[in-house]
Order: sequence, then C-alpha cells, then structure tokens
Amino acid sequence: MPKRTDIKKILIIGSGPIIIGQACEFDYSGTQACKALKQEGFEVVLVNSNPATIMTDPEFSDRTYIEPLTVETLAKVIEKERPQALLPTVGGQTALNLAVALSEQGILEKYQVELIGAKLSAIHIAEDRKLFKQAMDEIGLPMPKAAFVKTLDQALAATEEIGYPAIIRPSFTLGGSGGGIAYNTEEFVQIAATGLSLSPIHEILVEESIIGWKEYELEVMRDLADNVVIVCSIENFDPLGVHTGDSITVAPIQTLTDREYQEMRDAAIKIIRKVGVETGGSNIQFAVSPKDGQLRIIEMNPRVSRSSALASKATGFPIAKIAAKLALGYTLDEIPNDITKKTPACFEPTIDYVVVKIPKWAFEKFPATKTNLGTQMKSVGEIMAIGRTFKEALLKGIRSLELGKSWDIDQSTDEDELRRHIANPNWLRLAYLREALDRGWTIDLLHELTGIDIWFLDQLNEIAKMQLELKKHKLETLSCELFFNAKQMGFSDRRLAILLGCLEKEVRARRLELNIKPVYKRVDTCAGEFESFTPYLYSTYEEECEANPTNEKKIMILGSGPNRIGQGIEFDYCCSHASFALRSIGYETIMVNCNPETVSTDYDTSSRLYFEPVTFEDVMHIVDVEKPTGVIVQLGGQTPLNLALELLEAGVPIIGTSPESIDLAEDRERFGTLLKELNILQPASGMATSVDEAIKVASKIGYPVLVRPSYVLGGRAMMIVYDQNALAHYMDNALKASLGAVLIDSFLESAIEIDVDALCDGETTVIAGIQEHIEEAGIHSGDSSCIMPASIPSQELEVMRDYTRKLAKALKVVGLMNIQFAIKSGKVYVLEVNPRASRTVPFVSKATGVPIAKIASLLMVGRKLAEFNLAPELEVKRCQVKTPVFPFAKFPGVDPVLGPEMRSTGEVMGIADNFGAAYLKAQYGAGNRLPSSGKVFISVNNDHKDAVIDIARRLQDLGFKIIATRGTRDSLLKAGIDTEFVFKVEEGRPNIVDQIKSKKISLVINTPLGKHSFYDERAIRSAATQYSVPCITTITGAKAVVSAIEALQKEPLNVGYLQEYHQNPNYIFGTQN
Amino acid sequence: MNKLPALLVLEDGLVFRGYSFGKNGETSGEVVFNTSLTGYQEILTDPSYFGQIVVMTYPLIGNYGVNSEDNESDKVFAQGLIVREYSELASNWRSNKSLGQYLSENNIVGISDIDTRKLVRHIRSQGAMRGIISSKTTDSNILLEQIKNIPKMLGQELATKVSCKSPYTWPKSNLSSGISNLPHIVAYDFGIKHNILRSLELEHFKLTVVPALTNVDEVKQLNPDGIFLSNGPGDPEPLKEAATTIRKLADLYPIFGICLGHQLLALAFGAKTYKLKFGHRGANQPVKNLLTNKIEITAHNHGFSVEIDSLPNELEMTHLNLNDNTLEGMQHRYLPIFSVQYHPEAAPGPHDASYLFQKFSSLLSKQNRLVLSK
Repeated sequence: MPKRTDIKKILIIGSGPIIIGQACEFDYSGTQACKALKQEGFEVVLVNSNPATIMTDPEFSDRTYIEPLTVETLAKVIEKERPQALLPTVGGQTALNLAVALSEQGILEKYQVELIGAKLSAIHIAEDRKLFKQAMDEIGLPMPKAAFVKTLDQALAATEEIGYPAIIRPSFTLGGSGGGIAYNTEEFVQIAATGLSLSPIHEILVEESIIGWKEYELEVMRDLADNVVIVCSIENFDPLGVHTGDSITVAPIQTLTDREYQEMRDAAIKIIRKVGVETGGSNIQFAVSPKDGQLRIIEMNPRVSRSSALASKATGFPIAKIAAKLALGYTLDEIPNDITKKTPACFEPTIDYVVVKIPKWAFEKFPATKTNLGTQMKSVGEIMAIGRTFKEALLKGIRSLELGKSWDIDQSTDEDELRRHIANPNWLRLAYLREALDRGWTIDLLHELTGIDIWFLDQLNEIAKMQLELKKHKLETLSCELFFNAKQMGFSDRRLAILLGCLEKEVRARRLELNIKPVYKRVDTCAGEFESFTPYLYSTYEEECEANPTNEKKIMILGSGPNRIGQGIEFDYCCSHASFALRSIGYETIMVNCNPETVSTDYDTSSRLYFEPVTFEDVMHIVDVEKPTGVIVQLGGQTPLNLALELLEAGVPIIGTSPESIDLAEDRERFGTLLKELNILQPASGMATSVDEAIKVASKIGYPVLVRPSYVLGGRAMMIVYDQNALAHYMDNALKASLGAVLIDSFLESAIEIDVDALCDGETTVIAGIQEHIEEAGIHSGDSSCIMPASIPSQELEVMRDYTRKLAKALKVVGLMNIQFAIKSGKVYVLEVNPRASRTVPFVSKATGVPIAKIASLLMVGRKLAEFNLAPELEVKRCQVKTPVFPFAKFPGVDPVLGPEMRSTGEVMGIADNFGAAYLKAQYGAGNRLPSSGKVFISVNNDHKDAVIDIARRLQDLGFKIIATRGTRDSLLKAGIDTEFVFKVEEGRPNIVDQIKSKKISLVINTPLGKHSFYDERAIRSAATQYSVPCITTITGAKAVVSAIEALQKEPLNVGYLQEYHQNPNYIFGTQN
Repeated sequence: MNKLPALLVLEDGLVFRGYSFGKNGETSGEVVFNTSLTGYQEILTDPSYFGQIVVMTYPLIGNYGVNSEDNESDKVFAQGLIVREYSELASNWRSNKSLGQYLSENNIVGISDIDTRKLVRHIRSQGAMRGIISSKTTDSNILLEQIKNIPKMLGQELATKVSCKSPYTWPKSNLSSGISNLPHIVAYDFGIKHNILRSLELEHFKLTVVPALTNVDEVKQLNPDGIFLSNGPGDPEPLKEAATTIRKLADLYPIFGICLGHQLLALAFGAKTYKLKFGHRGANQPVKNLLTNKIEITAHNHGFSVEIDSLPNELEMTHLNLNDNTLEGMQHRYLPIFSVQYHPEAAPGPHDASYLFQKFSSLLSKQNRLVLSK
C-alpha cells in the first residue's frame, strides 16, 4: 500500500525526562520516527520536555515544542497546530498515557486528530489487564491466575484463591512502580497498600506467582495489510520474578527447541491481531515452565519499548523507524532493509552471534535502599555486548559496565551468606555466582537456588574452569593456544593480568607478539546470507575480518558507555552531535560505544559503528584497524576521559584539548598553582590520605568542608562535613573503601553557584552559557535547577567571563569547557574546571539555539570560531530553566533531601517570558504539580528562619494557609504571618505525617537541620514523596516555587516552539544525514 | 578439554581447523548453510539434506539437546554438521540426550570451533561446493585430493536413494482402523518429512506413502482422491521418469507438491529447473502470495529452483520470494494442481503457510463435488 496522502501534519509525543524505566531508548526511537516521517514529506510537530534529546533538536521536526508533557500543554499544541494525526507509540508509557487521556477528554475528537500506529481500543486492551485477560481467554491463550482489586480487603480476599507468593502489580504505573512479590500476609499488606496508593486509579492486580519460570520476550511488527513478523526473540537469564528491565537478557532464545519457539511465535501473532495493534512494533512477554513447557502470557506493550530498542540494536532491524513508516500506511514489503539494501524489511532477522544485555544499577547512590531485585525496575542504564558465543558476549558485557572494584566479592563471605545472596536476586548476582562456582558449588545446586537455567549456569562454569586453568600459568608459560582460547572466550587483558599475576600492558605486549588479535564481524540482519552495506561491527577472535577500513579522513568518537547517574544521555547527545557535524563536512565518523539505548549506537548516526566496550584494550584494537585521523575523548563524559592518557601514551591521535590539560584540571595541586598564577580565587583546599592529615587540613581551612574522593563521577561519595568527628568518620570509610586520596575544600555556605560553558579554539573563546543555580552551593550541580540568563550583577558576570577566557587560554582548550563558579559576598571563586563537554551542553544548545557540541567537534578538526560568526557571548532570549528529575519514588526509605551527591536521573526544560512561568513549566515537566491553593507546611532550620518569612508571606498573599511545627511557627507568628500549629512526628497525633497522608497538605517546604538529620524530617519528606506532594528542601528552591505559583495564578501558560525562538538557527551543518 | 582436532576442506582449497564432535571420522558432501536459529534436530533428519554437510549460521548448537519427538524421518540424513560452538550440556525438559551423543549413535561426523561466518560468506560468494570433514588426518592435501571423487550435486539423482522401498500407510493404524470415508491421498516419497505427513493427517486424510518411482497403474490401483508430491534431495532434472508419471497423474487427480515435488511438477509440464548459487535454507524467507498479496515468513530448504520464464501458459506463478524474486509457488490454470517451493510444514520454521494443507483439503472436497455433480 502506498503511504497515506490524507495526512499532512503529525504530532509526536516524546517520553519526557530520563527516569528509571523510561530512559534514552525513547530518544533513539523518537528520533528515528521523526526522521522517518520527515523523510516521507510529512510535517512533524514534536512535544517533549527533555532538552537533552536528539529528537528535540530543531532539525528533526518542523515544530519542536519543549514543553511539559501534560494534557493541558498538549491540548494547547493541538489547538495551535491542528495536526491530522498523533503517533503515540514512540514516546514510551508517558506518550501512550497522554494519548489515552487526550482521547478520553475528547480533545482528539474535537480537533479531529487520528491516532495512528495504535488505536485507542488497542491501547486499552493491551494496557488494561482485565481487558487483556479477557482477550487472551477468547483466543485460548493462558495467563497466570489473577484478580483486580481496589481495596486492601479485596486484595486479601483474592490471596485466598491465589495463595503465596503473590505478585502485586499496580495498574498504570511506570516500570512496575510500586509492585512487588509478597511471601506472607505481612509483606502482602505492605506492598498492596503502596501499590494501591501509587496507582493513578488506585487499583492493583494480585497475581499467581510463577516465579522461577523461564521468561521470554518477542518483538513483533505488524502492518496495515496484516503482515506480521517477529524481529527478535529474547531469553531472560534471570527467571521470572526479576523485572525484565533488571534482568540480564540474551538474544536470541537459547534453550527452546523450534517447536516451542514456534508455539510462542504463533501466540505472539494471535495476540497482536487480537489486541488490534494495527501497525508498528509490540513487545510480548511469555513465561515457560521449566518442568513441562507450559506457556503463560505475561503482558504486551503496544508500542516501541526498551526491549525494542535492544532488539533493533541486536539485529540491525530499526523497529521504531519501520514502525513510523508502517503507521503512514506502508506495508513491510515496501520498505527496504537498510543493511542489505536489496532485500525488503518484510522478513525475520536471523543472527549469527549472541547478544547479552546487562543492566547497570546505581545503588551506591541510595545507601538506604535494599539492593535486591524484584518486579519493580531499579536499574538506571544498561549495556549490550555482542560476541560469537554467550561466554564472549557476557564477558564483554561485564567489562562494558565499568564496575571496577564493586564487582569484587569478599572471598571470606561464609557459605550461608553466599547462599543467601545467590538465592535472593540482587545486583551483584553474577559476581556471587562466580564466587560460588570458584568454590566448586554444583550447577544443580545453583539452579535449585536461583532458578537460572542450567545452560546459562554451565556457561558460567566454563568461564570459571578457564579461570582456574589460567591461574595455573604465568604469562611467559601460557601457551599460544590457551592464550587464544581465553581471548576467544572473552577474557580482557586486564582480567588475564589479574589471573596471571602480571600487568595489563604486559599481557597486551605478549599477545601482540603472539599475533593474537580480534577480527571484526558485521551485524547484517541475515547471518551472512546477503551482502551487508552498513559497517555495524563487533569484535571476536576468529579468522576473517570484515572491517574493511577505508582510506578516508576519519574521526573516531568514544562514547559514554552505560547510562548512570551523573553520566547520562547528555554525553551521548554530544557524541552524536560530533558525528553529525563531522560527517556533514566530509569526514568519515567512527562511533565506539556499548549502550543499546542511545542515538549514538544507531547504525545511521555515524559512518561506522563499533558496538564495543569503551575500554583501553577494545578501543586500541579498533584504532589499530581503522587508523583514525583523530580520536575525540572529551564528549563522552568520564568513560573516555579515563582512557585519554593511556591512549595518548599508546600513540593515539587525540584531538581537541590535550589529555595533559584535562589531567591538569583534575590535578588539585597543579591546578591550584595555575589558578594562583592567573590570580583566580578558589576555596581553600587540601588533600589527605589519612585521618590525621585530613583533620590537619580541615582545621587549617575551617569548617564546614566539602570532602570527596579524587576522580569521581557525579559527586559520588561527596559530603559536607561540619566538624572533626564527622570528618574522621568519613575518612575512615573512604580509606576502607580504598577510594584513594580525599579532597578537602572549604565549603562556601549559602553561596550562589554558577555553571559556565564555553567554546574555545585554542585562541578565541565564546561564552556559550552562564547558568545560575537555583539551589545554593553544596547541592550537586546536576541536582540543582538552573536558569539562563543569570540574574547576577554585571560586575560579577564580567569577572566570570574574564576567568573563563583566561582559563580556556591557559589550558589551551580546543572544544568545550565547563567551569563551576561560586559567588559569596561579592567574590567569585572557581570550584571546578572541566575542559570537556559537560552535562549542561544540550540545555545551553537549546537555550541559545547554537549547537555547541557540533561546533566544538569542528574546532577539534582545526576550524576556527571566527568561521561561525558567533557573538563573544551567545545571546539568551526568554527565560530558560532546567530542572532535575529524581528517582526517589523507586527507592522507598531514601531521604529526598538534596546534597552534594548527585541523584537525579534526568532533566526537563521550561521556556517562557518570565522566570515564574519558566520555572513552573519546568516543575510541571518534572512531574511536580505545584498547587494553586491549599495548605503549605513549613519547617526550616534556624539559619533559614528569617529567610523563610518572606516566602511564607508571599504564599499567604497568594491565598495559601500556612502550617508549621513549633519553632518555625513561632518565628512566623512573630513576623505577623497567620500560622497553624501541627505536631512533629514524635510530639503527638495527628502529626504532620498524618496530615500529609490524609492529603491535607499541598506543598512541603522543609530544609534539613544542618549537620544532624532527624528521623522526623526524613519521615516528612518520604511521606511527601510517596503521596506526590511537592517537597522543597532548599530556601532558594522555595523562593522559585513561590514565583512559579504566582505565575500559575496569573495567567494560563503559553506554548512555543524552538523554530520560532531561534529564527536564524545556527545549525546549517550537521543535520541529519 | 580433550577435543580431537578435525579439518574441514572445501573443493577450492579453503581449509578450516576445528575440533571433532559427534562421531570421530570422515565425511563428505556438498557444504550448504542454514540460517535457522533453532531446529537442528529437524534439519539433520530431513531427507532433503542427503548428500549435504550442513553448517548452521547460528553459532551455538546443541543447547537444547535432542528429543524423541522432533525427528523428521527415521534417521539422520545430513552427511555432517558444522558449528561454531557445540554445547555438550543440553537443557530442555523434552531433551533425552545431547546432540553429540545423538550424532555418534547415528554415525554422523561433526566439526566445531571454526569461523562459520567466514565459511558461510565464502559459500555465499563462491556458491555451494563440495567438502570433507575429517578427524582422521591433519593433512589437508590428502583431503583435497579425495574431494575430486565426490560427485557434484548438479545432475545427481538422490530421491530414489532416500525414498521408501515399498508403500506404507500413515498413520500406520489408519487404514486398518476402518475409517474408510476419509479422502485417500497417495504421497510420493522423494524424501518425505514426517511433519508433512502429520500436517496431511491433521486435514483428515488417510495416506499411502509410495516409493519415488511408483507408476500410474500402481497409483490407480490405490484409488486415491489426490496425489501429494514430497520434498527430497538432489537435482530434479535426472528424475525424468517421475516427471513423466506426474504428467499423466495430473490429468487424473488433484495434486499438491512441495519442494522437489514442486520442481518435478514444473518439469512434468515442460518448465525448466536450475541450480541456485547457494540455495535457500532457513526459516525467515519472505514469500508473497500473489493471489492474496499477503506475505508469509517461510521455511526453506532448496538448492534448485524453477525458472519463471520457462513456465508454460497453463502454469501460473502464485508465490514469489521477496528476497531474490525467485519462483516459490504455482498452480495450474485449469487443473486442480498447485505446488510450492518452500515448506508449509515448517519443522523447523514458522507456521505462516500451513493454510496450504487446508487448501489441498478444500480442493479435494471441491473436486469431489464436481465429480458427484457430473
């Protein structure tokens, strides 16, 4: 069927900020969809609140609305744009839920907007478990026993038939939020109550547990002519019971015969037809009993998903792109396979390698939370690895995770404890299994404890056996054959060095001497049956190499590896931009990365894609084969930076700011000297490697001090310490964890913090963005909201500009640089200089309309800033606010108070004419529904008692009632503000937590009491998080919220698009290819 | 890790060194690749692989072992098996032995730990060719010499070698059980797969399976309601006798042909067949049904194909391969006769084309009505 001609303009809804369960895979799929629709000549209108996405770059749509993803906003966009169709299937659960809401509220009908891809009825059937169950019954496919309940009593009644363990799944929550497995009534009551409260319709599903069954997924595509293909089959390493987002997964299926696989395939086809997903991709999950092969249908997602992104990367079949084309009316046979060029997309990819996905967790950021895995997803990122065997893919995957020492299990762990860790799924499960196998535990025992298929366990055992064998040798005595076998199995040089008791570089030298090198094979969708025209490559140790490098001038870009807190989509954004820009001026670009969720690992993004771990060894192999003209390390965050010096030493041509400069900026001592030479202030600081030394340094500097290990990401293990005892305690822990030297800085209390991003070509500097943090110094810059333009006296701005230029010159920056400043008592201090891309690059690019990462990449190949016709400082029109988004709801018991350790997973942007409105949009975008009336609870520490008075007064003027605990109330009353009294948690009932739980409070302002953190405040903040009451933990944040509420009361919010904000966009180069 | 080294040598001199699995020893045949991710047991027992050594493109083979239910015939017909990594441990509730043990018991030589992707790409670019697997010698020159004695696939008649020697009924109890009003099908066994018989049985046919060279009179004596022409190994061209018989049967009975049966039907009506460079073997081939415009994902196993341009007017192309635009199915414009090049019985592979068995069934009942109305 040809494409539809009755549609001209299509609305796409993005997935919003990166959160657990909904990450940058939706930028990948959304970008593909935007590109596909534009290529077909449709006008694309996009709404997404996340500025750090490629899809929100102005060239990917005709109208790009960076606006909060709410029904109100979308209704306004629809009213303004009048699209004929809405594609709701590429923006995750968020987009699907919004499409349903728009439809149910009659907005789509009013403006005659047609849902394409999935109709409302199909979404309902797939999303509503009751309807889905009924549909499955009608086609004779079994689901687990289950009951939907709306109250705790009904829930308990349901368990009588269903029994324990029972699974609790709240309806309509993201990533299984609020769900769990209960083994007894007590646990059940707890989980069911949480689930009921988290579900937007206060409903949970209580389900028969089929924990321990094998779990599978199929990715299915259907077109309007009712052709159906299965793109990829996936087997979960972890049996049912662990959320598939938290499971290690393997493609294709490993332990089913064709007969069983085909039964599942038949079921999948029946399901997509029955549910009525007309076009596009769906993900269907199955459970299979390991005892007799009984099949159960678990669920279906009628949209592209995390798994479909993985399946696309695993097979080379771009699901989102093809889904978008199918929604336009094309049929599968009309769409060519990009990789083979000659065959159509109407086929089922077959692969001749094994793909392993391993999630990456951030439990170290949330020490108060349990590290066990269950039905609620907790991982923040993932890696994918490709190998010719499962063992090779798994080992490549493990090194892609960059786990370092957290992977080492204490070998003195006793048997009982080890058994417990193995039996209860947790994030270190693989490491515990390795330890158990090393101790000689049998596969049968491990299978009994874990339910993991014996085939997988046997594979792990083969790795364990190889390790034992290797340990018997020294590097010199290791035979060439055994050496090769170990490499072929997937062992890294680093691991071999540990096993053989030598250095990694010795392993490498010996290996090259023996001529043991990897070859590169292609991901071609067809297992070699047809010629591949797309260089999408992975390494393995075999005979034939298919890399076929060209003689073009080429730049290699090192990606940022798995997403984690502190290093997320922003860096992938920068890497992708570099590739777009360099390609547009005729360079061949080579991307190296291992994150399947990203745009950078789309085979379309770069001329050549190496889906490989970003480690020294793996990068060097590619360098040896490709011989790039230049290698970019400054755009992918800490992952490539950590390799920079080693690569330089190995003769790799690193372009842009030299690794020595990057290193200099990270080296406290040398950098301190440089600042002194330049006459730039920085907070007094020192370094310590022992408790005594630390105390000495701190007393010289004066408390409070900011302490942190050197070389860390995202403020890991960073703390503000107010006295000697706390410092000694911190040092003790740091030494135990072998974190190396600890940096001690004077902490500038209540200072204003500023982020400055700049571009420099080695001589000239352009100030790209001066961003004022809303939260004061001491809150991690990634966790602070920030605003452009900054509202800082021009004198101080001038000092910062001057410092920036001086530093850029001194460090000979070529590319991007980020500086963090603090201003206290009119003095400007430099906190940190990073001569590399920072987390704020996408925000600054969106705020200014200038793609600074693209320009940076061109500077790195010798272009000069003068060629770009930029002002010395980029202009910012309107008010632009960036606000972080936190995962606290996923980690019950974690205190949501902000601090120096970064914990946000994503960000949103608000753009408006004034600060209040921009901040309000950002708050909406972040999911914080600020109230326009109601009761505000205020409890602040003594330092803030004065500052909060003005806030309370403004709130009172806005019509809010104020309620406070004793101390705060007294000071507010004194200031003449009418304040109601409420008990603290320990004082009596009903106390403030009761009030929050009974929904009498609409806003919480609660600043932590300095050095002590009381149970009371934690309980308040946790309750607020749980009951979705906005909770503000800083005074500056509270001020901003008041401004936002003022804006909220004043007038309705307007919506606007980037293309109108930036009339003459400076993105003439590096658009999509 | 006491694996016995083994060699794979191709007729053009390419040598791969790996390890023996299954039976140690030597085997030879035409080396072909199959891209199916699952189904090695069905593939090994498919008589169409007679004379061939199969390389599985999926690198991990043996994971789910071998069971007693998934055989496509009574023995292993492939001459040898080539894999990247063989898993001795088998994990599946239906498995009753490892693949290696099964191959040993059936005297089948396998080789593992070679760069199978290199081998597949070589065959893709150079065409399917003869090869030897051996764990008897490490001297590739000796093996290269021996390859010259292996017959080439082109021009080889193999169907009669795998066909049953005398007729039998399927299921064995069926004819004697007294259910006589079911339509009776005579199925020519050129190397028939069990799942074809099972699929026909599901359509409530009673079946008599006959040897490849059964003549028209012998068929008439069985008084069938329809004729089925099975899949099988080798070049269809030398089976002139079978083609002649089929032409005669075509005037008498409804006919359904699969694979070699389809090629013989084409030859019977004067069309031509030719050898494909490396054939179609896998479970993911897109075939368009030109009568309905629907696309089926289908199982394939063929090295020869029918020339589209050679089809006489009375034959109409009904199915087309979307990967390479080769002919995948045809029907007679006037007679109740149709055939497909691919495998609606799957095993291994998707079930998208199973409707063809129902089509045969309805063709027969229509035919019966026609006969009755006369």
